[in-house]
Amino acid sequence: MANRKSSVKLTNQLSKYFFLSCAVLVSLIIISIVWFVGVQGLSTFRQASVLEFFTGTNWNPETNHYGALTFITGSLATTAIAIILGGPFGLAVAVFMAEIAPAKIRSLMRPATDLFAGIPSVVYGYVGLTVFIDLIRKTTHSATGYGLLASGIVLAIMILPTVISISEDSLRSLPNTYKEASLALGATRWQTIWKVLLPAATPGVLTAVILAMARAIGETMAVQMVIGNSSRFPQSLVSPTSTLTSNIVMEMGNTPFGSTWNNALFMMSFILLCISLLLIILVRSASRKGESH
Amino acid sequence: MFKVKLRIIVLVTSLIALLVLAGCGQTAAPNKKTISAAGATSLQPLVKAAADEFMAKNIEVQVNISGSGSMTGLNNVANGSIDIGNSDVEVTPELQDKGLVDHQVCIAPFLIIVNKDVTVDDLTKAQLADVFTGKITNWKDVGGEDQKISIIGRAASSGTRMTFRNIVLDGAEFTTDAIAQDSTGNLLTGIKQTPGSIGYIDAAYLNDTIKALKYNGVAYSVDNVVNGSYPIYAYEHMYTKGEPVGIVKEFIDYILSDEFQNNFVEKNGFIPINK
Amino acid sequence: MKAKQRDYVATGLLWLAALAVIALLGWFLAFILARGLPVFDLEFFIGKDGVGAQLFNSFYILALSLLFSLPVGLSAGIYLAEYAPANKLTDLIRLSTESLATVPSIVFGLFGMIIFVNLLGLGFTIIGGAATLALLNLPILVRVTEEAISAVPESYKEASLALGANMWQTLRKVILPTALPGLTTGITLVAGRALGETAILIFTGGMNVSRHMFDVNPLAAGETLAVHLFAVQSNPLPGTNAEQIADGTAALLIIVVLIFNLCLSLPIRRYQKRLMGK
Repeated sequence: MANRKSSVKLTNQLSKYFFLSCAVLVSLIIISIVWFVGVQGLSTFRQASVLEFFTGTNWNPETNHYGALTFITGSLATTAIAIILGGPFGLAVAVFMAEIAPAKIRSLMRPATDLFAGIPSVVYGYVGLTVFIDLIRKTTHSATGYGLLASGIVLAIMILPTVISISEDSLRSLPNTYKEASLALGATRWQTIWKVLLPAATPGVLTAVILAMARAIGETMAVQMVIGNSSRFPQSLVSPTSTLTSNIVMEMGNTPFGSTWNNALFMMSFILLCISLLLIILVRSASRKGESH
Repeated sequence: MFKVKLRIIVLVTSLIALLVLAGCGQTAAPNKKTISAAGATSLQPLVKAAADEFMAKNIEVQVNISGSGSMTGLNNVANGSIDIGNSDVEVTPELQDKGLVDHQVCIAPFLIIVNKDVTVDDLTKAQLADVFTGKITNWKDVGGEDQKISIIGRAASSGTRMTFRNIVLDGAEFTTDAIAQDSTGNLLTGIKQTPGSIGYIDAAYLNDTIKALKYNGVAYSVDNVVNGSYPIYAYEHMYTKGEPVGIVKEFIDYILSDEFQNNFVEKNGFIPINK
Repeated sequence: MKAKQRDYVATGLLWLAALAVIALLGWFLAFILARGLPVFDLEFFIGKDGVGAQLFNSFYILALSLLFSLPVGLSAGIYLAEYAPANKLTDLIRLSTESLATVPSIVFGLFGMIIFVNLLGLGFTIIGGAATLALLNLPILVRVTEEAISAVPESYKEASLALGANMWQTLRKVILPTALPGLTTGITLVAGRALGETAILIFTGGMNVSRHMFDVNPLAAGETLAVHLFAVQSNPLPGTNAEQIADGTAALLIIVVLIFNLCLSLPIRRYQKRLMGK
């Protein structure tokens, strides 16, 4: 009996150390990736000017011009479009699934929306290229149809599963008492959703939005097919331009590792990391403020 | 107490790390039965065909190939990680002193293509240069209808683009008012569906959804490339670190053999080196 | 009665959103399957240019990468959710995990290439591809695990601990079973991403397949369905019916993901029902 007890205790102790070790290992991997990207990226500035990199729009590595503002703007703009189009839509679907859908419909919708996540980027890009671009060119009378709008729409669809599944999970994990109390007080279902459930689920919804933003800003293959990949500063929503990721993937494989050009691509990847870090901190502090009120 | 904890943590962490690496580490010994080749995407179908044939003939050899860009191939072969680097560009100055040996395996001709609604059939070198540097932006300036010219080209670092720039533009800068696609497939889709678009591809990819232009009045054909009247082409290279030996040499010899050159090279879109 | 009317309108709009998302999915599937299904025949799977080996590689690489990443990712997630002290370091780990999701996969591909192709000298192999894919999976797994476990009501844990169970027992018997549906969502997300990943595998896993179909040798080249799709779409040589192969591969890829999701989610749903019923 005493033996069993001590072995239970030992397992308890060991498991804790195992978990901790895994956390340390993951942190080490993450740190080494961040370090790798950062060191490669920052060595760009041995050759290129920091000011030009962040404020210039002239990207011409062959003549030593490394202005990456176009790409930064492109990434932020496509992500914003994707969140504006896909965020509310996804959240509405999540609310529907968590609160309104009959059990049968819900049990069908969950795997269905998850399936969006399983469609590979290349397929999204292909549909974007053959369907959306054509449609945008015809409706906006632009010359080509490639640009921020096309990639924003493709990304909006791609972030749907992230927004839906995480928001729905967080809505469902709310204690039933919230809903019951609100309904008992005579509130309609919509009032309950709007005034009680959504505010209570805010942290989860924010996580969903953060992950969706991360997915959108980091997406490569699909964006690269529909953005047009011109190094020109975006003139409109429907003129070809580039994002950080699309330019990285276009040029990474064809530039010598260790050259300033290649390092500049790593710097762009490092910027992506920093942007998302910033976004996350912003959203975190916003949600904390929301809670304290 | 804290020290003991720390020791356990370090121990377990390194154990996990070891376990993860062990799976790879124990098998990392160089295997003479495997050839690794990587590099230019455009050359990849040809190398794949060669690998299939070569593996069929040599039961014990495994050829692993990948296409991730010329420079990825060159970098990896220069630092000795892989056996063969496939490239559609010459070796860069950075890698010149790494002892890379060039094997020219075939010739890649290029075509100027346009959307089917473009009425122009022929452009001179000077006209093309003006179009791609952005001096001419409307088809009516080169004898066509009043329609905006939309350029759909390749990535700034692609070998196809460099070749095109050296031969047609004499090294002048491309305009930035152009769409770029990173593969022939996406470029073809773009040209097919965009009215007034112009671009350039490897000759083999011409299909009936797009139209090829004459260059200085000369239409592309294998004969015109061989007799020198159609000048837009480049050599495709396979680089090894030092002279190749063993199965790597056999593989490259096989690619250069008449059997492979005559039966597979044209089928995969290139002109045999022996022509 | 304004509130009531508003309730009807909102309910209607939510139904509309749900219908729209289903319609969108239906349209996507119809678009892809209508092009791809007619291509399916025996030749497409086991012919000379068949995709049987790619299909196998897709699952093999996914399984290997989960083998590497699942134990570590889950454990790290559990640690962050249940054990980690609330300090700056923990926050930093959380932040970097989240932000890592934006690193383009091509950068992971290069990172993996430098470690597995260059340093370990593996060349383009299944094992190198799977290990790099595991790096991509890790942060997502950690994040989703932490999320799923934090969502388990604190009262469950307190009740179990109050009954004299220790933390390990509580985790195994109470927290993990309750969090299982959430964890499954995470694994499905990761698997979907892994099955569709191209950039990473082009740099580490190679773009052709072993001579033997269903080669379990981890040192063979491991072209997956998604990479194959990318390859035939990039270089559509006339005369190789590349377009049909691309369409067929895209359709097959989606069917594979669908089956995978069903296999994973159906048992979980049944299990969840049983859990609720008791």
